Amino acid sequence: MSARHDDPHRLRDLQPVLRLRQAVLSAVRAFFVERDFLEVTTPVRIPTPALEDYIDALPSGDAYLRTSPELHMKRLLAAGHPRLFQIGPCFRAGESGRMHLTEFTMLEWYRLEAGYRQILDDTVALVRHCAQSALGRTTCRFRERDIDLAAPWDILGVDEAFRTHAGEGAAAAAAGGRFETLLVERVEPHLGGERPTVLIDYPLACGALAKRKPDAPDWVERWELYMAGLEVVNACSELGDAPEQRRRFEATARLRAAEGRPVYPIDEPFMAALERGLPAMAGAALGVDRLLMVFADAGCIQDVVAFPAGADPAL
Amino acid sequence: MYEASDLRKGLKIELDGEPYIVTEFDFCKPGKGQALYRCRIKHLLNGSTMEKTFRVVDKIGTPDIYQREVIYSYQEGDHYVFSDAKTFEEIRVTAQVLGHSIYFLDDSMPCTIVLYREKPVEVTLPIFVEKKIGFTEPGARGDTATNVTKPATLENGYEFRIPLFVNQGDTVRIDTRTGEYNERVSKA
Repeated sequence: MSARHDDPHRLRDLQPVLRLRQAVLSAVRAFFVERDFLEVTTPVRIPTPALEDYIDALPSGDAYLRTSPELHMKRLLAAGHPRLFQIGPCFRAGESGRMHLTEFTMLEWYRLEAGYRQILDDTVALVRHCAQSALGRTTCRFRERDIDLAAPWDILGVDEAFRTHAGEGAAAAAAGGRFETLLVERVEPHLGGERPTVLIDYPLACGALAKRKPDAPDWVERWELYMAGLEVVNACSELGDAPEQRRRFEATARLRAAEGRPVYPIDEPFMAALERGLPAMAGAALGVDRLLMVFADAGCIQDVVAFPAGADPAL
Repeated sequence: MYEASDLRKGLKIELDGEPYIVTEFDFCKPGKGQALYRCRIKHLLNGSTMEKTFRVVDKIGTPDIYQREVIYSYQEGDHYVFSDAKTFEEIRVTAQVLGHSIYFLDDSMPCTIVLYREKPVEVTLPIFVEKKIGFTEPGARGDTATNVTKPATLENGYEFRIPLFVNQGDTVRIDTRTGEYNERVSKA
């Protein structure tokens, strides 16, 4: 008698979670409008997706469905719009599981003249504001953990987290192809139990569009937010160096070709914007469905979506 | 060999020379990294379970198993005896291998037995069987909700949960894969 996704009882019983979704979306809009961010709508169907080592796009005719609105939003930033946000669907081919939907709802926001630490300040305020607005409190119970969103968040270096929980440094793990396995099996279960944890400063190999740390160039200015082991936000200081960005895109293209996976053309209008010169900028991507999972104490992402396209029918 | 992308619930694999079945399966992709397939696997012979994470690049062994079409014959102590549908050769299966299926077997029921090195490791019954409710408390009158359940027992002692509107003596259809109620077939 498992709840099938086409079960009319299931759709009827979704009322509380659909209301929660509405409350969170309203809170997000109020938060950013208050801070003078511009809400934008960029294309969902695009000529080419951002080249990432391990993110695959769904083809749509002779184009693709976006895996993120990142490159279009950066073009708007480059044109001088200082603060932008967008809420909308993104698509990632082959991603379907208890924490993944092929089609999901993403919130992305970007700031000119900012770094990843300022984006972290935004995130702390945003998550607390959403919880207060949607739940009426700044605590939530998720995965049998009581998470205090109002307490100071833990900031933990990726390398330190790996040395503590996985027994080796993050750079060595990445070089040896063990980064993801160790992260999921050994590190993530310890993150964000009593308060949110921010895993910060990733090895260079783990940040295709992130800026290097000025004092440690083998690491990039990127962080991820975890709550009770669930990854909710990814953020970075954006790489503004056009030649380096092109080299990274080309390296990604070679890796994808070598592994027999589709290679997407480089987004030349984005590269042109980069080549004209970008001020410092930073941004974040927040999985709206993941945040709803935390607020609703949902066991899987399908539980917070009315029609989870691409969901495994056996789930 | 299997690719990691072949992994799914129910797949039988070989790991370090031992046979396992995938009992739980989840896709996951941390950050912007490589996809991982997180599995719980159960040893086909001794029933012990463990967690195992596979990467996209991993190749996974296929165990030396084969299937035989059989007919259920009779019970003998803790063993259940099936006969090969073609050769009539008898195959004895323990209650441990059968699990909750022991409650759903009927005389001459056609089943499939999976053998690993000649040892039965899994018996597949027809997906649905019909059984009479031996005992259940009366439900609330007119309650047709299917998502609220109550305990029930079959005449052979099998315990499971049924919707409130199903009564003692009713015949219900049970999914033998999960052992769960599927629908009511007829009223008492």
